[in-house]
Parts: sequence; C-alpha cells; structure tokens
Amino acid sequence: MNSKNENIKKLVISKPLKLDCGKTINNFPLAYETYGKLNENKDNAVLVFHALTGDQFVAGTNPITNKEGWWVTAVGPGKAIDTNKYFVICANVIGGCMGSLGPRDLNPETKQPYGLDFPVITIKDMVRAQETLLEYLGIKKLLCATGGSMGGMQLLQFCATFPDKTFSAIPIACSSSHSAQNIALNELARQAIMADPVWDKGKYFLKNVQPKNGLAVARMVGHISYLSEKGMQEKFGRKLQEKADYEFSFNADFQVESYLRHQGYAFVERFDANSVLYISRAMDYFDLSKQFKGGLVEAFKTQKTKFLIISFSSDWLYTTKENKDIVIALNSSGADVSFSEIITDKGHDSFLLHVPEFLKTLKSFIDSMHDKFKNEKRI
Amino acid sequence: MKKEFKVIAELIPNNTRVLDVGCGDGSLMNLLEKEKNIEVRGLELNQDNVQQCIHKGLPVIQGNAETELHQFPNQSFDYVVLSQTLQAFYNPEKVLKELLRIGKSVIISIPNFGYWKVRTKLLFFGKMPVTKTLPNTWYNTPNLHMCTIKDLFNFCDEKNINIKKVVGVNEDHTSLIKRSNLEIKNLFSKLGIFLIG
Repeated sequence: MNSKNENIKKLVISKPLKLDCGKTINNFPLAYETYGKLNENKDNAVLVFHALTGDQFVAGTNPITNKEGWWVTAVGPGKAIDTNKYFVICANVIGGCMGSLGPRDLNPETKQPYGLDFPVITIKDMVRAQETLLEYLGIKKLLCATGGSMGGMQLLQFCATFPDKTFSAIPIACSSSHSAQNIALNELARQAIMADPVWDKGKYFLKNVQPKNGLAVARMVGHISYLSEKGMQEKFGRKLQEKADYEFSFNADFQVESYLRHQGYAFVERFDANSVLYISRAMDYFDLSKQFKGGLVEAFKTQKTKFLIISFSSDWLYTTKENKDIVIALNSSGADVSFSEIITDKGHDSFLLHVPEFLKTLKSFIDSMHDKFKNEKRI
Repeated sequence: MKKEFKVIAELIPNNTRVLDVGCGDGSLMNLLEKEKNIEVRGLELNQDNVQQCIHKGLPVIQGNAETELHQFPNQSFDYVVLSQTLQAFYNPEKVLKELLRIGKSVIISIPNFGYWKVRTKLLFFGKMPVTKTLPNTWYNTPNLHMCTIKDLFNFCDEKNINIKKVVGVNEDHTSLIKRSNLEIKNLFSKLGIFLIG
C-alpha cells in the first residue's frame, strides 16, 4: 500500500476546487489509469467510476496489490467493455488511498498527515475533480460513463452536473440518495473503526499503524450486505471450515466465519481506515433530489444522455425499487432511458462477478451506443 | 415484417414520439425509428426481448404494463401502441385508461374472437378455438379476456372513447371498419386495429 509507487499515474490539479463543505483544495493529486487507446475521432472514451473500496485499477493486474483489477469480469481485451475497441479511464476518488488526495496525505499547514483534519468530501466533489481529468485528457464528450454502487451514484451526479459530457450512461445497482438502511450500515462500519483503540481519533498514522481489527469488522459488515441471503446459504450453508465437528470455541468453525475473517483482514492490507470514514460519509450525504429544488426530475431536466439503468433482483442494498425510481425520474423528464433487472442470486456484488446476462446487456448497450455516437459525430 | 406492424406504422405520422407497450424484440420500434424518424420507447417484461432491444440500440424499460404504466407522465407520447396484449391483462379496462392518459392517441390491436373460424370451432366442435392467431389451448392461454372487434367497438362507445379509425386485417388484406360494415368485418377479420383517443 504505497501510494508513492511509480506505477501510479497522477494529475496534479492546480485549479482550486471549492468543496461542498466550504473548504477549498488546490494543487492536489488525482490518480488515474487508462486502458486501450483513444482513437482519432475521440469517440471511444469510456469513463468508469469506482465504488467505496475500489481504485483506478479496473482491468488487468493491479500493480500495487498484484491482484486482478476490480472489474476484470467486465473490462479488458475482448470483454464487455472491450479495451481493444474502447479507451477506458478510471480515477481514484478524492478521499481515497490509491494516490488521489486523501486523509493519509500531508496537510501543507501542519506538515503532518491530515487524519481527521481532511475536509469532509461529497460525491459531487469527487465528480468535479474527475471532470478536470477529462479536460486534461482532451475528451470533450465521452462515449459512455458507467459505474456500480457508489460508482453509479457518482455517475448520476456527473450527468446532473455536466449534462452534455457523455453520450450514454450506465448506472448500475445504485440509488439517487442513500436510504436509512444504507446510512445505518455505513455507520456500523464507521463505528467499528472508531471503536478500535488503535484508531486514536484518526491519528494512528503518527505511530505508523492501522486500526486493523476495526477496519476488518467494517469490511465484514460490507461483505454481508453485498451478498444475498440465498446466495450466502448456497455458498456456505452450515458447512464447517476444515473440521469434522464443532470445536466448542469461538474460532472460525463455520465456513462463512472464515470467509468473513479472510475478507476483513485482506482488506486491511490495501485500504486506509480514515478513507473508509470519509468515502462512506460522502455516500451518506448523497441526495441528488436535495441538490435540485424540483427534485430528481429537475436534476435530469436538460439530459441528452442515453441511459441504461441496471439492477439485480437479489440486491437488498440498492434495490430494484430504488433503481426504478431513477428510471421514473428520467422518464418524467423525457430523457432517453432503458432499464433492465438482471435475475440473479448473487446480490449487490453481481456487478463485479461473472453474471452472463449482465455482461451481455452491458456489451450490447455500449456497442450499439458506439454505432450511434459515431453517426452523430459524422453528422 | 408482419402486416399488422405495417398497418400500425401507416397510422403514425413521421417525427412523433411513440411508446410501444409490450414491445417484444423491438421489431415495430425498429421500423418506426428507421423509416419514420420516430422517437420510440418500449416497455417489455421478457428478459430476452429486453436484451434484443438493447442490442438494437432501442430504448426499452423492463417492466410489467399491468402495474408499471404509472411511471409515464400524462400525455407524454403522441401515440401509445399496444399490440395483441389487451386481452391478456387482469384488468384491461384499467390498462386502457392508463394508455389514454399517457398517449394523445392510442393504437390497440386485438385478435378477433368474432372471426368466422373461431366461431365455427366453438359452434360445430364445441371446443375452445385454437387458430393461428390464437395458438394456445384453454388451460395454458395467456388470454384472460378475449373479445371481438364488435365488443371493443361497443366498449369504446360506452366509455365515450373517441374511435378515430379501425382497420381489419385478414392475412395480407386490410379494410376499414365502420359501424355500417361492422357485422360483416367482425366475421372476416382475424385482427382488429383500433386508433382511439
């Protein structure tokens, strides 16, 4: 977890960015990665927004963790978002910990890492920073922008704030505002981190340690919410972890316990606890209708973008109902919108997994949009 | 291309906005978009059909027309098309009301239960009719509310719904249906296409 790694591309944004909280940041780094090549007509750029614990390394191998990129199921040569054909861009959100300005970076005023002195950021702040990256890359209009979960929320914000920056958009398994249940689960994750004595009001960096136990529990909460009841039952049931019978102890007897512990402690190796606090907070504050006086319909009023909203039947974190509310708002504002609910037991995680119906839908849409965008550019 | 879709396409002027309820694989939407520069939207329940529409670059919303028409604002389309599904709804009257709320005009096609072959099957064989346009048997048919062209005619009159045009279709042959020729056309049309609203 070394964000100074030479494998991280960074754009230093000198233009001051006034945040929603009132503070201003300037000369801040935005880390990003690109895949494929931008063609001459510049009609093949696809922007991907990442989710809470994601980063800019969408495809191939993540050079920092040496693991697969987080969306290899969908992005890469010959994949649904084919990098032989499309130029894929993804940036690490501000507040994150993969090279973009975050709470681990040095505060120029104190010459110490920010910790909790880092300004509270919003989804809109993240999106505005990324728009600067598009400017830098010389892309006036994207072919498509997409993202799941918090990535989808960023995308909705992006379309509302910059109505003419993308020809098409695919928000996946997301919501136009965080529900009480979403906030509650995020609060649970934050409380787990803050209850770890190592966290020390966010100043753990002074001792060069991480609140590992709290952060691992926070990740476990997340993981439960990404699966479905049925999917979990089918995957783990009551199966025991490499043993014939109960141990009559509090060790991980059940496979599901072992899985959660593994996920929790693996996460600690690649993520910063304060980043989880800041990014989850940004998600909780997200409410697109609150930003626009006439509500969600008003937010999409000037839309020319062609939308495809995708939800998953077993997702209880960002339900089909919440996704359909976005469709209804887009319909009411007269926007061009498609919607598909993919039937699967894999829960919220479906967008990251090999779900053939989903990947087929994604590919069909992007390819058909590319044909339309090329025609529009020609005219 | 089905004769039915050709007739429907002829009823709709160029450069309008059309919602196709139960749009299937998007054949009609494709025709309307390509040949008449019509801004189309589809509503479709079946996942494979939705997939095919998306593949063709046609905007489609996956959903159930019986319960999800409320999402479309009042008078937001010039035409709303409902092809051969009115009879399959639990509450066709309610759906029809919704269609008239959403569209300035509505085009409905129905398989005609008054077609002579249908009548003779029931009359001479005493069995529920199975024909090319009504291929299912009584126990697995999705058609809950079969009606005739005459029935829909009378229904519109009763509910004060303005009938603008009715076309009868039999194979490749089409004809205009009016009150004056209703009895005979009701006997010889396989399909009735109503332009109302």
